[in-house]
Amino acid sequence: MPSPFILDRSSVTQVMAWVLAALLPGIAVYVWAFGPGILVTLALATVTALAAEAAMLKARGYPAKPFLADLSAIVTAWLLALSLPSLAPWWLIVTGTLFAIVVAKHLYGGLGQNIFNPAMVGYAVLIVSFPAQMTQWAAPLELTSAPLTLAQSAAVIFGGDVPKATLDAVTMATPLDALRTGLLQQHTVDEIMAQPIFGHYGGVGFEWLAAAFLLGGLVLWALRIVGWQVPLAFLAGIWLTAGFLHFFDAGRFGAPWFHLFAPSVMLGAFFIATDPVSGATTPRGKLIFGFGAGFLTVVIRTWGGYPDGVAFAILLMNLCVPLIDQYTQPRIYGGAKKTKAPSA
Amino acid sequence: MSRELFKFKGGVHPPEHKAESNARPVRAAPLPKKLVIPLRQHIGSPAKPLVSVGDRVLKGQMIGEADGTISAAVHASSSGIVSAVDQQPVPHISGLPDLCISIETDGRDEWVEHRPLDYRALAPADLRIRLRDLGLAGLGGAVFPSAVKLDPGAAQHCPTLIINGGECEPWITCDDVLMRTRADEILQGVAIMRHLLGSTEILVGIEDNKPEAIAAMQAAAARMDFAAEIMVVPARYPGGGAKQMIQVLTGREVPSGKLSTDIGIQVFNVGTAYALARAVHHGEPLISRLVTVTGHVLRPQNFEVLIGTPMHALITLAGDRDGTTGVLMGGPMMGMPMPNLDVPVVKATNCILVQSAELFPPLPKALPCIRCTRCADACPAELQPQELFRFAKAGDFGRAQEYHLFDCIECGCCSYVCPSHIPLVDFYRYAKSEIWTREKDKRAADLARERHEFRQFRQEREKKEKAEKLAAKAQAKRAELAAAPDAGGAAPSEADAKKALIAAALARAQAKKAETAPKNTDHLPPGTQREIEEIEARRAKIRELARQPLESDEKP
Amino acid sequence: MLAAILVMAGIAVAIGLALGWSAIRFKVEGNPLAEKIDAILPQTQCGQCGFLGCRPYAEAIAKGEADINLCPPGGEEGVKKLADLLGVEPKPLDETHGAPKPKSVAFIDEQTCIGCTLCIQACPVDAISGAAKQMHTIIAAECTGCELCLPPCPVDCITMVPIAEDLPHWKWKHPVVMLKQVSGDSSA
Repeated sequence: MPSPFILDRSSVTQVMAWVLAALLPGIAVYVWAFGPGILVTLALATVTALAAEAAMLKARGYPAKPFLADLSAIVTAWLLALSLPSLAPWWLIVTGTLFAIVVAKHLYGGLGQNIFNPAMVGYAVLIVSFPAQMTQWAAPLELTSAPLTLAQSAAVIFGGDVPKATLDAVTMATPLDALRTGLLQQHTVDEIMAQPIFGHYGGVGFEWLAAAFLLGGLVLWALRIVGWQVPLAFLAGIWLTAGFLHFFDAGRFGAPWFHLFAPSVMLGAFFIATDPVSGATTPRGKLIFGFGAGFLTVVIRTWGGYPDGVAFAILLMNLCVPLIDQYTQPRIYGGAKKTKAPSA
Repeated sequence: MSRELFKFKGGVHPPEHKAESNARPVRAAPLPKKLVIPLRQHIGSPAKPLVSVGDRVLKGQMIGEADGTISAAVHASSSGIVSAVDQQPVPHISGLPDLCISIETDGRDEWVEHRPLDYRALAPADLRIRLRDLGLAGLGGAVFPSAVKLDPGAAQHCPTLIINGGECEPWITCDDVLMRTRADEILQGVAIMRHLLGSTEILVGIEDNKPEAIAAMQAAAARMDFAAEIMVVPARYPGGGAKQMIQVLTGREVPSGKLSTDIGIQVFNVGTAYALARAVHHGEPLISRLVTVTGHVLRPQNFEVLIGTPMHALITLAGDRDGTTGVLMGGPMMGMPMPNLDVPVVKATNCILVQSAELFPPLPKALPCIRCTRCADACPAELQPQELFRFAKAGDFGRAQEYHLFDCIECGCCSYVCPSHIPLVDFYRYAKSEIWTREKDKRAADLARERHEFRQFRQEREKKEKAEKLAAKAQAKRAELAAAPDAGGAAPSEADAKKALIAAALARAQAKKAETAPKNTDHLPPGTQREIEEIEARRAKIRELARQPLESDEKP
Repeated sequence: MLAAILVMAGIAVAIGLALGWSAIRFKVEGNPLAEKIDAILPQTQCGQCGFLGCRPYAEAIAKGEADINLCPPGGEEGVKKLADLLGVEPKPLDETHGAPKPKSVAFIDEQTCIGCTLCIQACPVDAISGAAKQMHTIIAAECTGCELCLPPCPVDCITMVPIAEDLPHWKWKHPVVMLKQVSGDSSA
């Protein structure tokens, strides 16, 4: 085989392992703020993802070992698990993960071929199909009197006999849900934000979670596993869009800081929108991709039918990737100052 | 010396492995028993052989002359007898043979008569022809004929001359050692280049991992009071690439699809400058060069090697070891694996890198591209390697070209950083050679179409000419018939004329037939004769029958 | 109701006028489709497709009178290109018109040649030089390898010589490295 004959030490496995590692602070904060239920969700999603991946590889005639070892299925599983309500029933987790791995990943051609982010496809399918179950968020421990233990969480997830009263005591709407419901009931943002669930910025517990994901994301950035373009543009898109709306009518639109630290934004910015396979590849394209996803997130949150918009925003931007890439081809060495988009 | 340096985008920093070979002094490789000198050692047309089997040649004698403008001569590296002019294995990845001249050396190493050139006295065009005939070609790797590059062309002069001492590839140290030991002659060569190109600015770029070479070159420049700026550039692969060196030293880019001379810059390797000095000041053709032999050998070092020396001789000299897994010509980033070790050292051979499983572990299997764009970050040509890969793999060469495939310098940075371990450069090489082949096929098809169309045109014309000739003849006949006295008296109609013509033709045919009547019908026995007559009668009857409807057709 | 009908009629007239105008304004001379098809055909002029050369075959395809898979020298790749151009499904080469062969050129054994000029008349691209009772020779650079000179030769002195790969003609092969090859999976 011809040159080059030496390789850098990087590998897909290494990249994915770093992504998983960077999620650990977030998971730790999750456990601390919302109880250990997430661990059950993560484990269930991981097992399902690996089994589905192995089965699909076998069905498609690929060798299983190198593809299972690349850890990409686990990354998908974790991202989906962290986006789901932490007390979601087991079948919801399994359905979402299966859909993500089997349909969104393998039916599109497997690793590197999927045009949509698999975790977000799984999430979107679930929220469209099972909106009620998708709101079963564990309440922040700060706000509950009787937090669930690991065993109790597992019991809830696996549909054990949990009295409805107990369940109501430990679940709660997310801040975004609360904001949405409040606005529908003609309250102003300030009135809604006075509820205890809204902490300083993005909701009790959620803001710490966001901070932990931000930390993990910064580690990925420092290691050059993710570029700065997508997260920065994504956050800027959210901040500017929300800020613009808030500036004109603070009573009807949430504050930009709230939108930034609300659930799923930091996770989306550093771990989901940065998915290289389904994202834009050119430097300018990454900026457009990130900003567009941020903008759409706020738009969907504000006017859409669902409380959160990160998943739909990213999926919509995934659709635009070929177009974005084609029209943002960078200038090459020795190229003309102004690049013309190559004709299709 | 505090000039502003610029940066090129991308690049990588693989382990250097220079210390292995640059510490030992240069050793002259002994004269081999047999030299194999390929006629194609440079870019452009191969040299034309000037000698035949049995000729005695002297060291430095031209044995293959330059063929055309972009070409260079080749010379006998030592004295001896030409033993073959035929296809021999050459250092090429394909393992295909090429035309070579083999010389059985006589051990006397007897020089052909050679004299220094007074380069200032010679007209530049004459000097360039002399240099072409001395076989000078770029020794940095591309082996482009130097005489062509030393022509400033219509611009009359090339303001900036860059001497490339970058040597960014890992393991290779021949330029490093050359600069350490022969800095004076390098600068003498540079002076000749400056003379030919009319350059006003001379920049010598050396990577900062070669402090001794930098010191030696600076000392030589000071000693010779030579107005060259020795510039220390940060070591980063492929900083020794001509385009990257230009960018680092001047901040300018060679426009895509153009030459550096279009922006007034010419780049030469330090080895070429040295060879030029030997050629002009000693009249010596390019018959030897420094070669780094390193990697999995006992004594990695640089040798002064005669062109045509087999590679295995050098590996033996450096101490071959067990566990060799392969041999590369060049470095690990751009080098080419050698199909066998009998291939000779050529002008392009800067390094012989012996591989082992420890130094060069087998590359892991490739995974699918995950579009992480690390390759794009590493690409010094600022391309989008992941897109080029996608197009090349799918055979969509048109799109690959739109995405600037031909601006790829094949430096290997993208493959080096790829976390999926995809041999990206292989795909680009494949796509490029496919495109070239298709263009060649297209030209051949166009030529065939043109020739076919011309043939049709010619046939058409011939047919028309024939028809015209016939028509003219018929006209003449008709006139003749018309002039003859006619019983009817009236002017003959067109149909009558035609009939007359046909009758005349029939008569002619009959006469001819009678002439060529079968000879075997004479002197037949009566029985046979009768049979024939019967048959003839039947035929006549049939003929009669056949004629009737024809005649009724003729007068409706 | 009337307004709607008028609007629809107006739109129809406007579009009709625009179409009519563009048909005149952007009229293309000749048969551009046949040109494009001809550009894809390999120009061997061998007639294996059953037509008298590449151009007539191209015209037949353009008229829809001939299938796209009749050209063996063009091979599967040629069929694919034609399919792309015409927006139809590629199909396997019709083997009744011959199988693709490695590219070859004709070679005349000059010892045997009697100088009959029959091959010269058969060559579609005038790639044979010679005259009556003179030895003939192939201009290799112009030979398309169509084999049309083989049947007329009365002394069978013409052979087809495959073009051997040498250094200037060597090309890089498609790298075979992807994991997919391990298993012979069909999904690309």
